[in-house]
Amino acid sequence: MQITVTVNGTEYSADVEPRLLLVDFLRSDLRLTGTHIGCDTTACGVCTVLLDGTPVKSCTVFAVQANGRSIATVEGLKQNGDLHPIQAAFMEEHGLQCGFCTPAMMLVGSKLIEDNPSPTEDEVRWAISGNLCRCTGYVNIVKSIQLAGKMAAAGSDS
Amino acid sequence: MYPRAFDYLAPETKAEVLDVLAERGDEVKILAGGQSLVPMMKLRLANPGTLVDINRVPDLDSISIGNGHLTVQALVRHKDIVDSELVVTENAAMASAAPWISDPIVRNRGTLAGSVAHHDPEGDWASVMLACGAQVVAESRDGGERVIPITEFLTDMFTTSLQPTEMITEVRVPRYASRTSHEHAPPRGGGNYQKLERKIGDYATVGVATHLELGDDGGISKAGIALTSVHPHNLKVTEAEQLLVGSHPSDELFAEAAQIAKNACTPASDIRGSAQYKKHVVKVLTERGLAASLAGAQA
Repeated sequence: MQITVTVNGTEYSADVEPRLLLVDFLRSDLRLTGTHIGCDTTACGVCTVLLDGTPVKSCTVFAVQANGRSIATVEGLKQNGDLHPIQAAFMEEHGLQCGFCTPAMMLVGSKLIEDNPSPTEDEVRWAISGNLCRCTGYVNIVKSIQLAGKMAAAGSDS
Repeated sequence: MYPRAFDYLAPETKAEVLDVLAERGDEVKILAGGQSLVPMMKLRLANPGTLVDINRVPDLDSISIGNGHLTVQALVRHKDIVDSELVVTENAAMASAAPWISDPIVRNRGTLAGSVAHHDPEGDWASVMLACGAQVVAESRDGGERVIPITEFLTDMFTTSLQPTEMITEVRVPRYASRTSHEHAPPRGGGNYQKLERKIGDYATVGVATHLELGDDGGISKAGIALTSVHPHNLKVTEAEQLLVGSHPSDELFAEAAQIAKNACTPASDIRGSAQYKKHVVKVLTERGLAASLAGAQA
């Protein structure tokens, strides 16, 4: 089936089998390997991307469902050579260890601070509760997302 | 993991969806949120020949007030229910359950109608719908519309009375009677969902849905109790409901109802706990749920 999907602002057309998963379309067809595959059973959240701005698990969406829609992946966070505040904050607060869950955590975090620039610790933990991290114990991830909210707010003021 | 190959159709009108169902019937599965169906297809537990994606059908995603009920259309996501102010005032059991459905990312996609159609015996929504007495509205091209009480809709685990040619267009969830007659009246009803889970996204170890309405004299005029994950299917505890209706609420009455719920369920011992433990939790959560429902009804 012929589909056209906008990924990080660029339009891609492809002929795909209906059963092709969105995560494999991104990783194998478009070679955007920042989106990871973890459990492959809708549990771990590492394959999270934004579909029309909403976090979804891309192992549980078929590529054909994204036809005519927009996808944002971790590769699209950086703009004009500048890190997105969520990326800068993860660096600043050391919000990762092995990095496997990080692209998903940053996308979920970026969506959260867009809706709520100063989330409480509870609000951050609630928002990332569909995303597993096996290294950090989440403490620095929570700090990173909160810092990103402050940085984004400060950036938009200046 | 990959599903078997299938035909994918994404019609843009409800009529086209109903045509596909009328023509292909049995081999078709409707794709709404897909948060249970897609994993089942990947595990090859479900192998539909045709997938009809209804996400492009307009006017299927609203929650509105109907005649004595809330109308929850087929594409209303769990997240929409979490965010709905209408649900909070009109059906507290539903509002209380919504944030505990799976995890936030799954809630962005999954739908109430899809959960009910899937009828996983460990699903949370079916218990809430059983406790408050919802109705499922199904439509087919040649049979028109059919309104099915939830007790007749849920026939057995992963099985419903939905016909192969039908799609669910909406779920009707009751509003409190007092508000149906006077829009600004206090609800005089309450509801609650108690869920014990090991971690977010896991099935309930035990789930208990409760729904209470009070009459003018403060006595219980309507009661619903249903249990999740402690029986081969979601279990409506009719005997406990009958005990409550017509009585005045009290801690002793609630304890008695909770004991009936505990006796009625038949949990299995598994990784989430022993059968004995789960039965105890049913009693504790039923008492808590009834107390919370009463507090809502008297607020």
